[in-house]
Amino acid sequence: MAKAAKNNTLKLKFDTINYAPAPESKSSATIDAQYDLFINGKFEKPLSKKYFDTINPATEEKLSSVAEANAADVDKAAKAARTAYDKVWSKMPAKERAKYIYRIARMIQERAREFAVIETLDGGKPIRESRDIDVPLVANHFFYYAGWADKLAYAFPNRNPKPLGVAGQIIPWNFPLLMAAWKIAPALATGNTVVLKPAETTPLTALKLAEIIQESDLPPGVVNIITGAGATGAAIVNHPDINKIAFTGSTDVGKIIQRAVAGTDKKVTLELGGKAANIIFEDAPIDQAVEGIINGIYFNQGHVCCAGSRLFVQESIYKEVMRKLKDRIATLIVGDPMDKNTDVGAINSKQQLETIHKYITIGKKEGLEIFESSCTLPKKGFFCKPTLFTNVAQSSRIAQEEIFGPVLAIQTFRTDDEVIEKANNTPYGLSAGVWTDKGSKIFNLTTKLRAGVIWANTYNKFDPTSPFGGYKESGFGREGGLQGLGTYLNV
Amino acid sequence: MIATQTIPDFNISSRIDQVGVEEKAKRFTTRSIKTETKVNGLKLVLNMIDLTTLEGKDSKGKVQQLCYKAQHLHDAYPGLPTVAAICVYPSMVKIAKAALGNSGVKVAAVATAFPSGQAPKDVKIRDTKFAVAEGADEIDMVISRGKFLEGEYNFVFDEIAAIKETCGNARLKVILETGELVTYDKVRRASDIAMYAGADFIKTSTGKIQPAATMPVTLVMLEAIRDFYYKTGKMIAMKPAGGISKSKVALHYLVMLQETLGEAWMNNHWFRFGASSLANDVLMQLEKERTGVYQSANYFSVD
Repeated sequence: MAKAAKNNTLKLKFDTINYAPAPESKSSATIDAQYDLFINGKFEKPLSKKYFDTINPATEEKLSSVAEANAADVDKAAKAARTAYDKVWSKMPAKERAKYIYRIARMIQERAREFAVIETLDGGKPIRESRDIDVPLVANHFFYYAGWADKLAYAFPNRNPKPLGVAGQIIPWNFPLLMAAWKIAPALATGNTVVLKPAETTPLTALKLAEIIQESDLPPGVVNIITGAGATGAAIVNHPDINKIAFTGSTDVGKIIQRAVAGTDKKVTLELGGKAANIIFEDAPIDQAVEGIINGIYFNQGHVCCAGSRLFVQESIYKEVMRKLKDRIATLIVGDPMDKNTDVGAINSKQQLETIHKYITIGKKEGLEIFESSCTLPKKGFFCKPTLFTNVAQSSRIAQEEIFGPVLAIQTFRTDDEVIEKANNTPYGLSAGVWTDKGSKIFNLTTKLRAGVIWANTYNKFDPTSPFGGYKESGFGREGGLQGLGTYLNV
Repeated sequence: MIATQTIPDFNISSRIDQVGVEEKAKRFTTRSIKTETKVNGLKLVLNMIDLTTLEGKDSKGKVQQLCYKAQHLHDAYPGLPTVAAICVYPSMVKIAKAALGNSGVKVAAVATAFPSGQAPKDVKIRDTKFAVAEGADEIDMVISRGKFLEGEYNFVFDEIAAIKETCGNARLKVILETGELVTYDKVRRASDIAMYAGADFIKTSTGKIQPAATMPVTLVMLEAIRDFYYKTGKMIAMKPAGGISKSKVALHYLVMLQETLGEAWMNNHWFRFGASSLANDVLMQLEKERTGVYQSANYFSVD
């Protein structure tokens, strides 16, 4: 061997932040230029004669015009639901009801791609999430509750459960189709009829679901889907034909609904805001916990009521967790929600982006240390860098109020009792996360944390069989699982 | 050697949550790798391959052919890189060395009573000495899994350290044989022991035991490498081996490497694929990207 061997090491660009674009095709989805109200099995022009635009938050381009239902439209929908309940749905054998719900579930699966694409276009969430999480869960919810329809007597033995009548359902913009499924599936399985209103910024997948419901030959009026903003929602809440209100959304609106139904015999379930504690102990599997922090707060741009927005790290591992967390944030791909590689998509609306910016400003003013992803944001559309604040105090507004965006507040703790006290020190109580290798510690924490859902060594896991709902100002009533049936029945 | 480093208590190596790590590994597979990123990735994969033949029936001719292939993967496609190394038994090192000349392709020799490692320490040392004397650039050793599973971590540590000393300038790859360790916690502990004992590479498998390399196991080892780097500032290389035969899977490994350890590790000094059939699948994909159509396997040489 005469000369020094040559170097055969190749260096090529394989840069994660700049993976070649991998856009999901829009061709599988058809969006009409205009959508009417789905009442009594037909798409009908609104009596209000008004329409509003729904835009793609990633491009700010208009996707479609959607009817705005006024009180007269709501009345029409509620009457259709009442008639369908009295004449058809309440008399139909439960086994037959189940067949319709199964059919809807299968049709959703068949058109899963179309639903995922529209969900992403209309709401801004990454296609990875709408494709792999939202839409499969939607189908699962219908399948699960279809199974319960003819077994209600077994769910509530010796009780002779009876449906409530017409359910008015108002859902938020963070999981538009999934929330529609959470509401419609148990209502139908228990023999109720439905008037559902999707959020005004994300009405399209619910309207697509209306198309499926129409094709499924579900008797007219059993499910009515009407669009509009707050006034439409108020008309539903106040309508005398409505027997039950199921609402998912902000705590402020939840309180308004509570006031509105006071003195009526309407039943109510509310699933409201949250400010969940995600607690990492020193004996936790740290790399998986870091991933759990990421999934807890940056999943769906933080537009998750059960988001792990308060992080508590035991002080002995604080440095390690912070370093890993920052490294991980650097690999998050923020941008075009339609790109299959995008991890964090667009903020749902301009208004929500302003709210998030307001809180980031507050955090800075409070003198907290801020860390932001180094990513570059697209020029158009509503985007926010994954952000975290450290040195946060319990008294800081960042730690107290729900931001509903990709902003994490980090605190440290020393003892178990301390972290339990801090975690519970909030008006909310929707969810929490506990990360430790020690089983006994998990059980100690889960019995003492006042939250409806507590995840151990994982976060943001949803399943139709598992009940979901809050303590305190996070609402009441449970959705999902056997418990989700009870809130639609007189037992 | 890390004489000045404090050696940690391996009984309290970082814990691994099985569900979490498998979920994370799966997430890398949802990355969609297209066009120029794909072509770059595939060329990088070729350049990271340790082209391997480890059979009792290996002959001089077979090793020589493999060495030619290492330098001429597919001459119909201009500008392809060479592979990283040829991996053979110690008796074939001299032949491989001569066949490769100064092409830059390294010669790696498996040693220490490969694949079982069931031999006394002095035999393992002699095995290694022979391979190094024959000219091996890299030594792929196996750990004593029996001792490891018994909890004799000091024994395993000392053995690796002794082999490292025997290696001289040759880089040492330590094979954990993760298929026999079974749990991720044990994989993590074995990785820590190997790195603190002086490994230059940690490697999943011999290829003789199933399961061999999997993405979650590789991820656990990459995270161990990252933690070691955080603590000591020293980079350790990684080699998944066995079971990676498709381009798509190899690209997923690159995604995992890039997003776990980053740019610095994205070359064949710090990452290798131990594989024999992967190269042809990558070549087939490269030709498809270039010409737009798949070609028959008959167009790619089998060596």
